[in-house]
Amino acid sequence: MKQKDITALLDEPACNHNKKSKSGCAKPKPGSAAGGCAFDGAQIALLPIADVAHIVHGSIACAGSSWDNRGTRSSGSTLYKIGMTTDLTEQDIVMGRGEKRLFHSIKQAIDTYQPAAVFVYNTCIPALVGDDIDAVCKSANDKWGVSVVPVDAAGFYGTKNLGNRIAGESMVKYVVGTREPDPLPPSSVKEGITVHDVNLIGEYNIAGELWHVLPLLDELGLRVLCTLSGDARFREVQTMHRAKVNMMVCSKAMINVARKLKDAFGTVWFEGSFYGVTDVSKALRDFARLIDDPDLTQRTESLISREEARIDQALEPWRERLRGKRVLLYTGGVKSWSIISALQDLGMHVVATGTKKSTEEDKARIRELMGEDVKMLEDGNPRALLKLVRDENVDILIAGGRNMYTALKARLPFLDINQERDFGYEGYTGMIELARQLALTVECPVWEAVRRPAPWKKNLQKAAGAET
Amino acid sequence: MVEILKRKKALSVNPLKSSQTVGAALAFLGLHRSIPMLHGSQGCTAFGKVFFVRHFREPIPLQTTAMDQVSSVMGSEDNVVEGLKTLCEKSKPELIGVPTTGLAETQGSDVKMAIRMFRKNYPEYEHIPCIPVTTPDFTGCLESGFALATEAMINELVPEAEKAGTRPGKRPRQVTVLAGSSHTPGDLEAIRDMIESFGLRPVIIPDLSDSLDGHLTDIDFSPLTIGGSPVSEFANLGDSKATLVIGASMNKAAGALQGRTGVPDWRFDHLMGLEAVDEFIRALVEISGNEVPEKIERSRAQLQDAMLDTHFMLGMSRFAVAADPDLLNAFSHLLASMGAETVAAVAPANAPVLKKINAEKVCIGDLEELEKNARANAAEIIISNSHAVDTASRLGLPILRAGFPQYDLLGGYQRVWIGYQGTRQTLFDLANILLSLERGEIHPYRSIYAQKPEYQNGGAETSEDSRLQH
Repeated sequence: MKQKDITALLDEPACNHNKKSKSGCAKPKPGSAAGGCAFDGAQIALLPIADVAHIVHGSIACAGSSWDNRGTRSSGSTLYKIGMTTDLTEQDIVMGRGEKRLFHSIKQAIDTYQPAAVFVYNTCIPALVGDDIDAVCKSANDKWGVSVVPVDAAGFYGTKNLGNRIAGESMVKYVVGTREPDPLPPSSVKEGITVHDVNLIGEYNIAGELWHVLPLLDELGLRVLCTLSGDARFREVQTMHRAKVNMMVCSKAMINVARKLKDAFGTVWFEGSFYGVTDVSKALRDFARLIDDPDLTQRTESLISREEARIDQALEPWRERLRGKRVLLYTGGVKSWSIISALQDLGMHVVATGTKKSTEEDKARIRELMGEDVKMLEDGNPRALLKLVRDENVDILIAGGRNMYTALKARLPFLDINQERDFGYEGYTGMIELARQLALTVECPVWEAVRRPAPWKKNLQKAAGAET
Repeated sequence: MVEILKRKKALSVNPLKSSQTVGAALAFLGLHRSIPMLHGSQGCTAFGKVFFVRHFREPIPLQTTAMDQVSSVMGSEDNVVEGLKTLCEKSKPELIGVPTTGLAETQGSDVKMAIRMFRKNYPEYEHIPCIPVTTPDFTGCLESGFALATEAMINELVPEAEKAGTRPGKRPRQVTVLAGSSHTPGDLEAIRDMIESFGLRPVIIPDLSDSLDGHLTDIDFSPLTIGGSPVSEFANLGDSKATLVIGASMNKAAGALQGRTGVPDWRFDHLMGLEAVDEFIRALVEISGNEVPEKIERSRAQLQDAMLDTHFMLGMSRFAVAADPDLLNAFSHLLASMGAETVAAVAPANAPVLKKINAEKVCIGDLEELEKNARANAAEIIISNSHAVDTASRLGLPILRAGFPQYDLLGGYQRVWIGYQGTRQTLFDLANILLSLERGEIHPYRSIYAQKPEYQNGGAETSEDSRLQH
């Protein structure tokens, strides 16, 4: 990928981080970089497309240490779970055989698995030695009659976030708009309901949580042409241009997709979340508002009041157990404000939240929810987190999986909110699982047991979270 | 307070119980060069032998007084005398244990008298202790039989302090360990290691870790046990600094030992879980006067870490446990300490420790009770012996095998359940089982509008050329 293409991707007009410098996302800093590379971001963004053969073109470390470690789920095809890499050898690199190997790899993947399409992810070494993966993909595409899409996302291009955008860019450039949507299945037609087409962008169906939301959209007559990319199929991605409304779910990782679809096809979009009762209702209302069908609006309202009443009752016993518990929220990809409202729905008190990836707009929403004197953590280093835990008598830390063992080592209850988790929290129904998981850890007797000093030691409290 | 539900039904279905008699035999198998001779019909022994052979995968020395029709009616004391003589003659054992069966007890056989007759008729075998113990299978269970046999050994072999001149602490580094039947040979080895790490010398009574740990020896065949506590040790137990009693079932035996020797004892219901092991280590600190070794501190910290890592899975999980009282009690407390719940608890027989179990109620009964309660209370995992494998499969639940017998699992006898390390492994195993259940799994939802090819007649379309325009 050329430097100017990377710069163009970084210069995302729809992103609030994008200031005058056109730098967009911050450069990784040697010695204090955390998080994945562009390849990681691209693969994570597209891997959930289930019927595609995802080939990582590179040496083993790229695919070898990353395949099959995401919690995304599919309702059918499981091809995406098959790890595929060209596993380049020294010979390939020295002798310039990478392209050839890639070409044959694509053939092998098509012959063995009959994929709906093949995605080829470029990585550092082939990018450095100059493999022309665009050309290889094109000739494979033409020769074997299967879509072969290059995703040029070598790790050194930049951060994980950039990788997300590269992934989105590849979809917009090569896939979206190459097929018209299917006619509505006759069985789906319901008297008096006009079906409207929508997309969910940046929804990954972690632990299958999308399936808590999809029935509601079906009921309202909202056809999800494509979820980019949880439980998606290649042929669904092809039809994304026909949606009336795009929802950017929670994360701005693929904001460029929403913007480009707006520019090219005029599709309006909004940003929303499926976490927490308030936000699910809000997202449903936003769909209705943008589609502007009075009948839909009315049906949306009645669905919301029915579901909210149902879930309110189901959550009541959990609220009794969780009310007043103090939470420190430190989320990465998932919007803090979205989780805050979910926790407030449970009667919990959020004492502080991480805002490293938040925009000014996000921060405004956080202030709205938590009041002006809310503590915002720009820097999420473990020491700062733990200090705050002590100062604020925090009962539980909610953060991404990578902070989990920091919390556990400090003997502090923890809930994993990131993509590697095993439980789905989206939708009204997901709130019950969230409550259950929170109660499970907060109420667990192990905390007392691990903070208690050994009986042969007096007055030794070395644990960081010991006085909570 | 736990509610104890006594057996109400006539029929025992899929029994959980193993007999007191085999429990007593097991205790004698923990003494060196000894052999238990069950006083009953030969079937009592044959079944017991198969029971242990399958569990330990070892040859098991076990004999019988072979009561037949005549002796069952006319008196079986002669069988005992003859059996003892034959064993002494043929095998020259260090000790013979004589647990009684239901048959002998029902008949009213007087084993003590029989042994007196044996002593009178065969004074040349006077040096071989013969220890009778009353263990009919119509009461108690394996655990109580094991405890009764240990108590009998103590009463027969440990001299009273004033007569023998033993004095508590005369051997300042020696501690006696009375460990109940819930302990595997692996557990006993772990107990020995912990004690030795404090510079103490444990004498384990009986010591299955030396006899049934599954080791090859130079002797190609032995009609007797090839390891275990030496019988000669009993004479010195009065000189121990302390007695460690592990398992509530051993309390009566401990009382007998203390009564005879005056050696102070420390009693532990079990050694599973952080708190229980902490108490044990604290006792070792006090007895030895030594600091806690670095290695043990480390194991403790490792266990704590494992508790945190596994609580995500174990918290609020629901267990059904069927086992002898000590083991059931231990598991119930371990699970409670992790935020898990024992929603079905079944013991084969009553015991004082059942009152301490951390569960709403405990049934005294069989595996059918377990099945019924596990189903009614939505248990997620079974912990029980191999007999419960079918129970678990009917319930569609996974099982962790523990207790006697484990005939479909290799190495069950050497597994370590206790101590910091054993507890840690147990937690990992349970958490792994829970992970494999994929709890919280959200069922795939198929949108009525979906454009997914595989939703139609279950197959992907093949003909469509999806070639792109590059």
